[in-house]
This record gives sequence, C-alpha cells and structure tokens, in this order.
Amino acid sequence: MTPVRSAIVATGQSDHGRRFDASMGELAREAIDRCLGSRGLTFDDIDAVVAGNMEMFEGIYLVDQYLVGALGALGKPLYKMNTGGTVGASTALACYHLVASGRHKRVLGVGFQKQTEGSAQSAITTVGDPVWERAVMAGAIGNFATMASTYIAESGVTPEQAAKVAVKARRNACLNPHAHLKLPNITVEEVLESEMLAYPIHRLDFCPSSDGACAIVMAAESIAADHAEHPAWVHAVATSHDQQYMGDSPKRLAVMRSLQAATKKAYKLAGVTDPRHDFDVAELYEPASYAELAWYENVGFCPMGDGGKLIDEGATLIDGDIPVNPSGGVLSTNPVGATAMIRVAEAADQVMGEAGEHQIPGVRRALATGYGGNAWSDVMILSRELPATPEVSA
Amino acid sequence: MSTQQAAAFNRDQAIRIEQQITLQYRFAAGRHATRFFTALRDEGKILATRDAEGNVMVPPRPVCGLSGLPMTEWVEVGPDGVLAGCTIVYVPFIDPMTGVQRPVPYGFGLVRFTGADTSIYHLLDATEPEQIGVGKRVEAVFKPREERTGSLADIKHFRMVD
Repeated sequence: MTPVRSAIVATGQSDHGRRFDASMGELAREAIDRCLGSRGLTFDDIDAVVAGNMEMFEGIYLVDQYLVGALGALGKPLYKMNTGGTVGASTALACYHLVASGRHKRVLGVGFQKQTEGSAQSAITTVGDPVWERAVMAGAIGNFATMASTYIAESGVTPEQAAKVAVKARRNACLNPHAHLKLPNITVEEVLESEMLAYPIHRLDFCPSSDGACAIVMAAESIAADHAEHPAWVHAVATSHDQQYMGDSPKRLAVMRSLQAATKKAYKLAGVTDPRHDFDVAELYEPASYAELAWYENVGFCPMGDGGKLIDEGATLIDGDIPVNPSGGVLSTNPVGATAMIRVAEAADQVMGEAGEHQIPGVRRALATGYGGNAWSDVMILSRELPATPEVSA
Repeated sequence: MSTQQAAAFNRDQAIRIEQQITLQYRFAAGRHATRFFTALRDEGKILATRDAEGNVMVPPRPVCGLSGLPMTEWVEVGPDGVLAGCTIVYVPFIDPMTGVQRPVPYGFGLVRFTGADTSIYHLLDATEPEQIGVGKRVEAVFKPREERTGSLADIKHFRMVD
C-alpha cells in the first residue's frame, strides 16, 4: 500500500505557565480551540483524536475518558499515548500514521500536562526501573547532571557555552506569546551565578515545570490545501530506542545513539545530506542547556565535540544560519505531555510562515525532535514542498 | 436567566482541590535480579550476564539488547570500577524509598564495574567532592552483612579509590 502524503495544517497552543485558573480539560481545550479556530474548523471536521499525557504527573490514569468532551472525541476513535518525554512527538507521529494509512483524513493531536498539580520530580522517579533504579534516582536533574558530566569530559564544553544556550532560550521566549519563562535581561553571568542544582547544572541551565497544552491537525493530501495556504508537509518521521537501563548507553548525551539512528533514517528519507545547510530552523527537545549543545552534534549541525563552538559562533541564535529553538524551547516551557508536540507545532508554524514575532524568514524545511524516557528519540522533518515520494516513515 | 462571561473569572480566587494518594507496590524482582541480589546480600559479589559475543551487562538480563543473543553465562564483575558520569546533588529531593528528603549534598553517578560494558546509577561518597570526576576509579562499600536485605541499597555507596 502506498502511504497518503500528509501535512500539518493547523496548530494551537495554550498560554503556558502556572495555570491554577484552568483544569486539565480547560487547558487542553484552550489549545484545541486556538488550533481549530485558526482555520475555521470544528469538531465535525475531525475524524479521530490522539491524546498525549504522562499520567503520573497529575495522578489521573484514564485521561482519555476524563477528557472525552474536552477533546471533542465523543463517538470518535480516541487513542491515548504515553511515551514519556517524547509523548508529544509520538502523538504527532501517531496522527501522521493514522492519516498516511488512509484510515482518516483529518486527525487532531493534543498533548497536555499540568505539572503544577503533582510533584514533578517524584513523578519522574516512576520512570525509573523499580528494581534497579528508583532506590538511587535523583530525579530528572540528577540524571541530566550525570549525563552532562560525561559530555563535558568527552567534548570539553564549558559552563559559559551552556549558559549561552540558557540565555538564548529565555530571550527567544520573549518573542513567543505562549512561553512560560521569559527573561529579557538574562545574562551568562546570571546563569553561572544561579543556584547549583546538581553539578554542573545551575537552576537557569534547566527547564521550568509548566502547565500547558498543544494541538495540531494532520490532514491528507486530498484536502490539506483546503485548510492552509502553505501546509507543513511531513517529509520524514522516525523513532529510535536505546537499551532499557539508564547506564546502558556508554556516553549518553555525548553520544546519543537513538538520536543519531533516528536522524540518520529521517535524513535518508527526506534527502538531507548537509543538515546545517538543508534545514532553515530546528526545534530540538533540550531539557537542559548542555543537552542542546550535545544535540547540535548528534543531529549533525556540527562535528562531534563542536557543540560549544556552534553557540560561540552564534550560529543557532534567532538570526544565525541555523536557528535552534526560536520559540524559547524546553528551557522556557516544559509541560511534558505537550513539550515534544510544541517542538513539532513550532516547526510547522515556521514552515507555514505563521510563527509570528519569532518567525525565521523564508523557512522551507524544519527539523523537530523529541527526547524522553531513558534515551529515546523521535524525529519529524517538515517542509513547504510536497514530498517527492510518499514513503517518509522509518 | 443571567449569563456570566468567562472574562469575569478571577484567577486569584481559583479553587484548588488537595488530595493525597498513597499507593503501595510489591515488585517481583524476577529470576535475574533475584540471583544478583542474593549474591550481593550473601557473598558481597556483583554478578553480570554475558552473551556469546562477549557483551557483559549489569543489570543482568535474559537478552542482550545490542546483539539480540541470550545472555546465558553469569560472570563476576567489580566490585571496583570507573565513573562514567557523576554529579553532586544540591537540590532537595524526596527519596522515593523513604518518602523523606535525602540529605544534601550527596554524590551520584554512573559506575561501570571492572569487566562490565554497562553502568549502573548509585550514590557516591561525597566527603571529598573535589575527588569525584568522570574516569576516576571507585569501589563498592557494602553494608554490614546483617543489614543487607537483597537490594541495590546493600551497597551503601561507592568510594573514590586513590
């Protein structure tokens, strides 16, 4: 069977932050209403819904049942995803597969999380293997700190270079009406002087804990142009896993095997040979400043070990030659069930030319990634051009 | 009938409902972990599994994820090793095993046992934090035999080897 060419034709985001004013359903609905409303779509136009969320943050197990009304899913197929940090991207990938299979024409994907409703670090502990890892876990921060130490030893990247990423994110966030953490006057010195959470991660090197939701509509080729002037065509989707335990990958972060494998597959499908040149913008899933530098290397924007050099050159700034996370990224906004979908939606907005104040001029092709769990990677490549071949899935 | 607009909602007066949910679990460690923890508790030994290609993995497991081959051979590794990654944690964190905050600062890292190809997370003795670093040699400090229960916590922590 030949897959159906598919495109993202609409996106919507809630206002992210500490949203004590909204229930989970109201927050999801805020993103959905903005998404559908931007194209004059209604729930009648939607054939199926995919919902992404990590249950342990709010302690609500059957969110698909609890939110069936908010998600507009009454009488429709509603699929629930939870793949950890990648869930938002996995949800977008699932939307793609449902449309590409020919089963549905328009699929609504929604990622949402209310991290302020529980204990985020305790919830993250439940990600760890109960027999081998929980007894000695230190939440996402200790995990990232350990990975960053390996990356520093491997690449020689400096705290100043990491701090530049932290500064870039919070300044870019000021251009994004949805972002949570906006710090227009933040400096490298301020990052380096912020509280040490776990060496080498300062408070300002790490993502906030946010409430937020994001929605997309994935549409089939036959109708995509009815909804968007410039649909964001899916040119590649890829997912890759590593082994199961935290210590299984020898140099996790520095050498992210799953991200290398997923981008390799996706680049082949999309005909990307020189990533820094072939992409006009990237939205990478960077929960910590050091992670973004490592991802530069692992997605091939620079040689291995040169991530620090890339930020020193200013290449990934909003006016650089390969802007990374003009939205402000995960470092500015992290409602985890939505976070990876925000990467996809922001990439789609850039391709559609609808990113507002943080729009990069003339975007033709964009890269979005999701990171989660132990060392799992999702990749989606979006383009303004209709893909030459419908075979875009790995 | 009167109608109220959403704009009239006062965010500062939003109601939040507090709940506490306590869930208790009892996990079957399984055959591989049971053999590992029994040897750790009774003999102070660290066991790993090996496949036909020579991949040696801790935690022990039935199948090697890299080769896809069964890991049928058991070998002893450690109890010394190298730090593949490490940190000093300063932020207060609730210990999921006790429900109370673990005293900070404490050391935390990935230990690759001598003879193994993978690492495990564990606590590090942080009395001399400047001695902790990637690539440094460490060794397991076991709890006294009578305090061991058959879990990874039977290793108190890892200490730096000069």
